[in-house]
Amino acid sequence: MRVPIGWLAEYVDIPAGTSVEDLDTAFVRLGLEVEEIHRPEPVTGPLVVGRVLEIEELTGFKKPIRYTQVDVGEGEPRGIVCGARNFAAGDAVVVALPGAVLPGGFAIAARKTYDHVSDGMICSVRELGVGEDHAGILVLGEDAPAPGTPAGPLVGLDDVVIELAVTPDRGYCLAMRGIAREMGTGLGVDWRDPGALDLPGWSGEPAWQVRVEDADRCDRFSMVALEGLDPTAPSPWWMRRRLAQSGVRSISLAVDVTNYVMLELGQPMHAFDRDAVTGPIVVRRARAGERLTTLDGADRALDADDLLITDDTGPIGLAAVMGGASTEIGNGTTSVLLEAAHWEPTGVARTARRHRLPSEAAKRFERGVDPEMTTVALARAAALLAEYGGARVAGSAVDVDTRGPRPVVTLDPARPARVAGVPYGPAQVVEKLTAVGCTVDGEGTLRVTPPSWRPDLTDPADLVEEVVRLSGYDDIPSVLPTAPPGRGLTDAQRRRRAVGRALAEAGYVEAPAYPFVGERALDALGLPSDDERRQVVVVRNPLSEEEPALRTTLLPGLLASLARNLARGQRDLALFEHGAVFPGGRRTPAPLPGVDRRPDDATLAALLGAVPDQPWHVAVALTGSREVRGWWGPGRPAEWADAVEAARRVAAAAGVTLTVRAGDRAPWHPGRCAELLVGDTVVGHAGELHPRVCAALELPARTSVMELDVDALPAAGVPVGPSISAFPPVLLDLAFVVPAEVPAADVEAALREGAGELLESVRLFDVYTGAPVPEGQRSLAYALTLRAPDRTLTGEEAAEVRQRAVALVGERTGATLRA
Amino acid sequence: MSGANDPYDPKQVAALSADALDAAVAAAVEAFGAAGDLAGLAAVRPAHLGDRAPVLLARRELGALPPAARSDAGKRVNAARVAVTAAYEQRLAELEAERDARVLAEERVDVTLPWDRVPRGARHPLTTLTERIADVFVGMGYEVAEGPELEAEWLNFDALNIGRDHPARTMMDTFFVAPEDSGLVLRTHTSPVQARTMLSRTPPIYVVAPGRVYRTDELDATHTPVFHQVEGLAVDRGLTMAHLRGTLDHLARSLFGADAVTRWRPSYFPFTEPSAEFDVWFPEHRDGPRWVEWGGCGMVNPRVLVACGIDPEEYSGFAFGMGIERALQFRSGVGDMRDIVEGDVRFTSAFGVEL
Repeated sequence: MRVPIGWLAEYVDIPAGTSVEDLDTAFVRLGLEVEEIHRPEPVTGPLVVGRVLEIEELTGFKKPIRYTQVDVGEGEPRGIVCGARNFAAGDAVVVALPGAVLPGGFAIAARKTYDHVSDGMICSVRELGVGEDHAGILVLGEDAPAPGTPAGPLVGLDDVVIELAVTPDRGYCLAMRGIAREMGTGLGVDWRDPGALDLPGWSGEPAWQVRVEDADRCDRFSMVALEGLDPTAPSPWWMRRRLAQSGVRSISLAVDVTNYVMLELGQPMHAFDRDAVTGPIVVRRARAGERLTTLDGADRALDADDLLITDDTGPIGLAAVMGGASTEIGNGTTSVLLEAAHWEPTGVARTARRHRLPSEAAKRFERGVDPEMTTVALARAAALLAEYGGARVAGSAVDVDTRGPRPVVTLDPARPARVAGVPYGPAQVVEKLTAVGCTVDGEGTLRVTPPSWRPDLTDPADLVEEVVRLSGYDDIPSVLPTAPPGRGLTDAQRRRRAVGRALAEAGYVEAPAYPFVGERALDALGLPSDDERRQVVVVRNPLSEEEPALRTTLLPGLLASLARNLARGQRDLALFEHGAVFPGGRRTPAPLPGVDRRPDDATLAALLGAVPDQPWHVAVALTGSREVRGWWGPGRPAEWADAVEAARRVAAAAGVTLTVRAGDRAPWHPGRCAELLVGDTVVGHAGELHPRVCAALELPARTSVMELDVDALPAAGVPVGPSISAFPPVLLDLAFVVPAEVPAADVEAALREGAGELLESVRLFDVYTGAPVPEGQRSLAYALTLRAPDRTLTGEEAAEVRQRAVALVGERTGATLRA
Repeated sequence: MSGANDPYDPKQVAALSADALDAAVAAAVEAFGAAGDLAGLAAVRPAHLGDRAPVLLARRELGALPPAARSDAGKRVNAARVAVTAAYEQRLAELEAERDARVLAEERVDVTLPWDRVPRGARHPLTTLTERIADVFVGMGYEVAEGPELEAEWLNFDALNIGRDHPARTMMDTFFVAPEDSGLVLRTHTSPVQARTMLSRTPPIYVVAPGRVYRTDELDATHTPVFHQVEGLAVDRGLTMAHLRGTLDHLARSLFGADAVTRWRPSYFPFTEPSAEFDVWFPEHRDGPRWVEWGGCGMVNPRVLVACGIDPEEYSGFAFGMGIERALQFRSGVGDMRDIVEGDVRFTSAFGVEL
């Protein structure tokens, strides 16, 4: 809502010396957010009203030019050259005299042009910086002041416009009437209600036959008929100026008047060409198959929920949203039916949304319009059309009014104090509610009738807000409440933090990505057609049609981040992301219970159950060097083993131990994919990307990734402290020759089991293939530490452990001790 | 070697003579002094302080002396031993100092050489700032509540007093989920966690709920369709707007320094009544002390309490929320939203592992 201060001052006695900044502050304190302050560009130097005395048409130039004599109040007229043709001798215009500087630094001087000296300039709206209209010069009305009068204030050059963001509960502030009330209250000054008009006593036949079939959605419908409108009559300059300031385009007098009255009183109106309306007007729902071409030229299929204004020909208007083309006011319209009605907000919202028509009228009706204003607005509009267009009211007004009484809200006068923590007295509560426009009755408990323009005030809490707001939020003290003792973070929350920290400390950089994916990303990963990660949740209105689904794996986003960093010149990258993934699959719809009480347990369970599980995953991706080249020597390229190690770090941070075995799953290299398990449960995969995936995503060869379901990791349990033996260890090195296909993990498992309880630790320190190890075999060398908790081991005991371990490894894996 | 019961033989105790002892000490001092390095000193040590060194041998002879002579001789032997030991230690200290001065100087390295073989990684500042905010509340006794990003429409809107056709619902720019009757949306705010919490717990409730939320905005310098909020909710007997203000002031001081203050502007949220937007002022702002818009807050609308099964006559509550991206922007001076969302390692690495 744009508020021209000059217009506001017509209703509010703004104290002298009030600055724009003061008004800004007052608006903000009232809860009307100031989005922008528009100040017209300054005009300096002489700018005056002039009267055109003579016009000489100059010929022989490329375009018609006029040389005029203009009285600017100096005794002698000035000669001024002008290219516009929309004025006649006798018209009042705005003249910039030599020395004036117009917006944009346009300096005016006497200069010779078209063989004449032009001693000033007759200005257009755009040249003055007060509008966009450049079709011709600005012609002031007949009531223009005498030539020579400074024209700045007249054309609104000093008028600052404050643009407000009005919250959806306060529809009444989408009009000067509501703004005036707020500002009058906020500044504590006198103000006048532009809606407080005496209605004229129209008499005679009703303007039209009207029937409202859906009183639930239209509880008031008013109309007045006007005849004798001069279709060529222009809108007065002041009205065009205010419309322009409000961001509304001037169209014709009839349309401008309806828009102006809407901005003034908040009542949207519609003007029908009376001669185009056939038969009685009926307000009803749309019927199957009905269509309507609206004023914007769109041919619309109507929904049975759409409320219409119809005549014998069918729909002539989409109620509260937009009029129809067939009854539009045209260049020759002389008879007008003016309509002002009150529509139920949610129905308007549905129709506006359905037809994607967020019109100014719909916006106001959705947010609540004062139903008292229909006839007031008609009277105001009729008066303006009479004054500027020569129209006269024919017959009496129609007013179909089926409104019920306004609801009363009871309020404990102590409640505002209880909510705010500020000791408001009962008198203050009544005063503030009265300022809002409420009628307040009752001793003790208050019986409050909110004003007709505040449909948002339905609950005691709403009244409390008004009291606190108008008393000022700054009065509220600052008191820290004492919460009962909390239990700190949950284990799952701690775990997520620990996982992130562990990876970051290990050199990985967190790179959270948007969770949107498309078919292409899943194809690039080479997921088979029956892969469960292709079962996606689809967004109905995605930002990009290419990525309409939610991720089922973190890899597409993470690899895209990797690619972006590579494109920006990075070479050595280790990234991680952790976050929710969204497995798809068919589900039952979530119910939509009422809100007047807690849903029953079954409904609540259905509601919560309809929301899919969204497990928390972690993933890493690396490429380039894991250890960089430096003065210490060459670097070490990132490889599959780093991805597996990242998984182990994650598990360690989560307090669980992973086991690893060979796996085969897209998008990994089938020979370099580790399946990650806790117990028998697969929790993720790690390894090198399939070469085809690297190629498809244009990533460097050997890029390695890991993805793991953090939520699938079991609870860590309380760690048990080991007993630490102070007796000396026995160190043993064992090298096995093993068939190459035997996993090292199997050898180690057998070694551990065979060595038994005296084994303190085992470490694989060498893997070797090549002579003298036979083809198809490899050598695995382990360092074992043996130790007893209660004694020094003897040589015999150590030999026995060694023998058992070697035997079991041999039995399980076919390994022999290397000679 | 003489036994204790050997007959007295004055010749045998010649080693105990003062002259002999003096000579032994003098020989030791000379030998130690002549040692040119630690190895040389170690080589001559056994001759003067070893088991067969003269002063050590003399000591063994003491037992053979008659008791009357033993005391006097003992003193002399002991003095000689102390003198030899002292001479050794002194020379040892000299040679060690010499070695330190020479050898350790030779072993000197350039300690300014970099050793970033595995550079440290980083956590995203949205993560760490979120944790920091959550920790402020955990410190006050709050618990961290969570809810899903893909959320039931009823919890995202209806339960929060945002009716089907309410303008606030269309203003939320919601991502809807197929099929049309799924009843699911990508949550537009963290507020459904309020509803989940109130539906699953009984007051007193003090929770903070950080998380990722979605609106259909295109990414530009100030907007992102995927962003993060932190929501706070307290439901208890006798809570007032003053308690809400106290809580926000505490958070402001915790994040922006002891001099930070907040102010409120009346506003509208369907799930709070009264509602306010709040600004924070702090002296350390990168562009100088100033007010910045921070978030929204208010007293939980009694209608929301009712929908969640809490008696609004017995309990009242307050709620507040703020955008993490925005807080990061003005706390750390991040000008362009795209830097926050694009995952460029140069941006994230600047923030380290903790914030």
